[in-house]
Amino acid sequence: MADVKELTCIVCPIGCRLRATVEGDEITIEGNTCARGKKYGLDELCSPVRMLTSTVKVDGGFLPRLPVRTRGPIPKGRIEDVLLSLKVVKVEAPVIMGQVILEDAAGTGVEVIASRPMDRI
Amino acid sequence: MTELIADVVVIGAGPAGLAAAIKAKQEGAARVMVLERDRELGGILQQCIHNGFGLHLFGTELTGPEYAFRFIDEALKEGVEFMLDTMVLEIGADRTIIALNENRGMFRIGAGAVVLAMGCRERNRGAVTIPGTRPAGVFTAGAAQRLVNMEGYMPGKKVVILGSGDIGLIMARRMTWEGAKVEAVLEILPFPSGLTRNLVQCLNDQGIPLHLGNTVVKVHGLRRVEGVTAAKVDEKLRPIPGTEWFIPCDTLLLSIGLIPENELSRMAGVRIDPVTGGPVVTDDMETSVKGIFACGNVVHVHDLVDNVTMESRIAGEGAAKAATGRIARGGSVNTLAGENIRYVVPHRLGLKNSSERDTTLYMRVVKPVEKVRVEVVSEGRLLHSKSERVLKPAEMLVLKLPKGKLEGLGDGKEVEFRINAD
Repeated sequence: MADVKELTCIVCPIGCRLRATVEGDEITIEGNTCARGKKYGLDELCSPVRMLTSTVKVDGGFLPRLPVRTRGPIPKGRIEDVLLSLKVVKVEAPVIMGQVILEDAAGTGVEVIASRPMDRI
Repeated sequence: MTELIADVVVIGAGPAGLAAAIKAKQEGAARVMVLERDRELGGILQQCIHNGFGLHLFGTELTGPEYAFRFIDEALKEGVEFMLDTMVLEIGADRTIIALNENRGMFRIGAGAVVLAMGCRERNRGAVTIPGTRPAGVFTAGAAQRLVNMEGYMPGKKVVILGSGDIGLIMARRMTWEGAKVEAVLEILPFPSGLTRNLVQCLNDQGIPLHLGNTVVKVHGLRRVEGVTAAKVDEKLRPIPGTEWFIPCDTLLLSIGLIPENELSRMAGVRIDPVTGGPVVTDDMETSVKGIFACGNVVHVHDLVDNVTMESRIAGEGAAKAATGRIARGGSVNTLAGENIRYVVPHRLGLKNSSERDTTLYMRVVKPVEKVRVEVVSEGRLLHSKSERVLKPAEMLVLKLPKGKLEGLGDGKEVEFRINAD
């Protein structure tokens, strides 16, 4: 029984409509117009990843929230876990840009870092 | 009143102002001063905490603040002077600026050249006159973004977003990640206004439905939004009676377009293009008033900050040259938006410049097309053409016109840009 999924490629602005057919271990991508599109389709199906950006509470800072991001992409399915773990994080100003806020985001092995400096006031 | 003198004064410290100021300094302007009304530098980038900035310029996807700080740090290193919490009240055609801040009170700056980099404002409910009550809970997407990402407030829990502009799409994901339920995104046009990657990662990923050809016809609720009535629209974008449907929600976010902020430009007598809503500019990004330059979203609304930076460097260079008496103003040709092109920036191309350097032109198509040729034509002669697989109104068309292509054209001629089937 073949499983068919529709995807939009976001590798470039053309935005090809991809059709991925999964039949057992076999995945075929159709609708792509370049090799990068095929890779995108396969990655999206097998191991989709996303960068996560959010904010955490900061005390004594110029602003009440500090923007943060994962240092690299994390599995798409782990986004909620990482967001949940950020809810309880509180940092103290001053913060420098790139400072590690969480060493291992929800067991993904990826760091969460500050994406701006935050002066103390 | 205190009197100051500067070679180049830049109005606004967002991405446009920062890039222009750095370039002006590097091009030999001794004193470059940036006036910013906000409490910090960086402009709207500081609230855009998502990544995706700088892919073209730095080959990596930075967050808004990271992109901003690259330029803030460089500007400080170059010795650009900044004044924060400073409101410019007036700019004269003689490049005299009257501004106001807490330290100096009202003061005047005499500038060798001025760079307008005020950016743009969001269209709000008044701009599209949505009928209904006037309860709390109606925000522009950018205002909600600032509340969530910088101030730490959630504007609501059950959200409808009108307009599929990029800020609305980004906020759909952001609000979802912060625990809100985004019920729907409504877009009046038959195609989305935002970038494809945002449609995929902000809506599809979160399972948020996008309803094309739909708009909000009524807001409900007395003290707080209780819901909106949506309806389908016909090809003239008028709501179709009988197609109304009710969506319960406590918040309506508007992502319905941006307007270049040109009150100061008009005061200085700068000519405004009615299509872009921004100044008419030359390929040096000089406005119709000599010595006053403009760049970034104050000229036309961009979708990528990388393009803002590149355009603003040209403005900064022009301003430095004008301030030090090195700018060349000779014969020029006028650009003209032809078939399926909404606008072309810059509006005028210097003949001398175009013989010495490549020129980057920014355009938007009126409607989406596939497999076409962008043609540059003057007096029936094809000067240049480029094939494009897909062009969408949401994604700016950037055309590099190689140097020498305007060879042989006379001063004041028209050069038409048009889309033709390939």
